[in-house]
Amino acid sequence: MAQVFAYILHKDGVVDDTALELAAAAKKIDAGATPNAIVVGAGDALDGVCNDMAASYGEVWKVANDALTYPDAEIVRKLLANILPADSIVLFAHEHLGMDLAPGLSVKLDAAFVPDVVDIEGADGSTLKLVRQEFGGAVSAHVTCDASQGAVMTIRPGVFAADESKSAGGQVVDKSADAGDFAATRKFLEIVEAEAGDVDITKSEVLVSCGRGIEDEENLEIAFDLAKAMGADVSCSRPIVDAKWLPKARQVGTSGQTVKPKVYLACGISGSFQHMGGIKGNPFIVAINKNAKAPIFQVADVGIVTDMLDFLPELTEKIEEL
Amino acid sequence: MEILVCVKRVPDTSENEIELNGAGNDIDRDDLVYSVNEWDNYAVEEALQIVDKVGGSVTVISVGDDESEEVLRREMAMGADKGILLSDDAFENVDGRGIATILKAAVEKGNYDLIFTGAQADDGAAQVGGMLAAMLDVPFASLVNTIEVNGDKLKIGREIEGGNQEMYEISLPCVLSIQTGINEPRYVGIRGIRKVASVEIPTLGAADLGLDAAAVGASAARVQRTDYFLPEMGDGAEILEGSTEEIIDKLVELLKAKGGLK
Ligand SMILES: Cc1cc2nc3c(=O)[nH]c(=O)nc-3n(C[C@H](O)[C@H](O)[C@H](O)COP(=O)(O)OP(=O)(O)OC[C@H]3O[C@@H](n4cnc5c(N)ncnc54)[C@H](O)[C@@H]3O)c2cc1C
Repeated sequence: MAQVFAYILHKDGVVDDTALELAAAAKKIDAGATPNAIVVGAGDALDGVCNDMAASYGEVWKVANDALTYPDAEIVRKLLANILPADSIVLFAHEHLGMDLAPGLSVKLDAAFVPDVVDIEGADGSTLKLVRQEFGGAVSAHVTCDASQGAVMTIRPGVFAADESKSAGGQVVDKSADAGDFAATRKFLEIVEAEAGDVDITKSEVLVSCGRGIEDEENLEIAFDLAKAMGADVSCSRPIVDAKWLPKARQVGTSGQTVKPKVYLACGISGSFQHMGGIKGNPFIVAINKNAKAPIFQVADVGIVTDMLDFLPELTEKIEEL
Repeated sequence: MEILVCVKRVPDTSENEIELNGAGNDIDRDDLVYSVNEWDNYAVEEALQIVDKVGGSVTVISVGDDESEEVLRREMAMGADKGILLSDDAFENVDGRGIATILKAAVEKGNYDLIFTGAQADDGAAQVGGMLAAMLDVPFASLVNTIEVNGDKLKIGREIEGGNQEMYEISLPCVLSIQTGINEPRYVGIRGIRKVASVEIPTLGAADLGLDAAAVGASAARVQRTDYFLPEMGDGAEILEGSTEEIIDKLVELLKAKGGLK
């Protein structure tokens, strides 16, 4: 079996949660093997990250260079193509850096590519048996991947339980000198921080959240009415922000806000992983959706199969009477 | 600026409930309503807005069967100047890499400064743009949500976590995958569609593209979907049943108990 490498996300010396999830995913490919980690970056904090990872990975390949102070995917892809052995299996988290970096890397390594893997059923020789989702999570698919010439995969964050065993007793190997030429093809300028909104939904205890099921901008009123009656704030899924019906600061999800309410009312929201990824702290989730098969019902505590446009005003009325 | 936008015809999840067929190994394809992939509409709109500002033309291209012509026509009704359909029996069941290989061959027959794909499509793969850029050996950026043209360079924003944005300068030619929300795609009326109904859309197959059918086709696909299924789920939600009034009463009790009413 080929060597498995996991690309470690880290920031300001802090390792991302996905680092140990990738270790768990690697063990599902080959339970007997010890996967390796790749840590690239610059500065004093890098060694701490590498040492942390040595507890969970056999070898930690470190590439230190000032050009890597900010991990520009175009640069990192080049250096990975320079250092990775032929036929390796390389794992990334399926988030914005992985999406930027991994598909092109598979081409440069002439390896197979499988994005957004949600489960690994094992390997049959060099054929990997994987699970993905399609159509926004409405259905799952079994996928086979011929990894005989290597494979690059992105793994959905949060689906593998972190491997906390920390028993690898690994070592850090400095590969900085082998990284070769990795001149930038685009120039990193800056990070523009999100604008603050009129309400800070990250502090809200109760959220009435609207998705595409709200259908029309004018219907948002019924959500605001309900929120007022409940003493809640209104948040939303991404399509509502894309349509410019509500400001970005009210969007819940991986590319929006991370909220930690006690109660979350998901109205007309299908339950995509990018949306659910922004809901933390295990709130009581009520899903109101007219499609009984909507994926949100798999993760909600309580479900109501109904048209939210009729249901929300009736609920508001009842609460106002209390 | 010559801009190529790669588009895909997909089942419209807002018009269909995607379900398994009777045999439980594929989705139920009867009576599916198709439309253009949501992300691609934003990509076409962005291309049109750039050409409005700096001049040039927009070509839309799709790998698909004859029916994909309808989405090309829709995007031409939005304002794209040309459509190209890449279609061949040999292109059936190719993997993402196969699609990128086919697109690359078509790109090399033209002279494009800028190539867009949607950030992802119905399979949530988000792969074709990055592969295409790597094959063409040009710069790439994914999840692009702002573009500003400055001569032969672009200033772009990429969407990262928490609503933050990563800004880059990138030179042409390049491939960008476009994220939803970058603009507000224009509405296409029946009138617009009718206007382009008889415009000819050239179809290119493997031979026209100089591609070896065996090298791009399904047999070359290293990644293959074997079936669709519904995973065994945990407990899932407790579905409240009864009359609306009963449901509301139950819900209000639950909300009170969980601290949802103030
Ligand atoms: C890189 C990336 C980042 C992303 N980040 C985010 C993010 O931060 N947050 C986010 O939300 N999304 C994000 N998305 C988008 C995400 O993948 C989904 O497309 C999105 O969450 C879907 O929103 P939705 O559930 O409102 O819409 P849909 O998936 O269209 O679901 C609408 C639901 O409403 C139901 N419905 C329709 N009408 C009614 C009615 N009258 N009454 C009751 N129910 C009704 C339908 O049955 C359906 O389940 C991201 C995508 C990408 C690629």
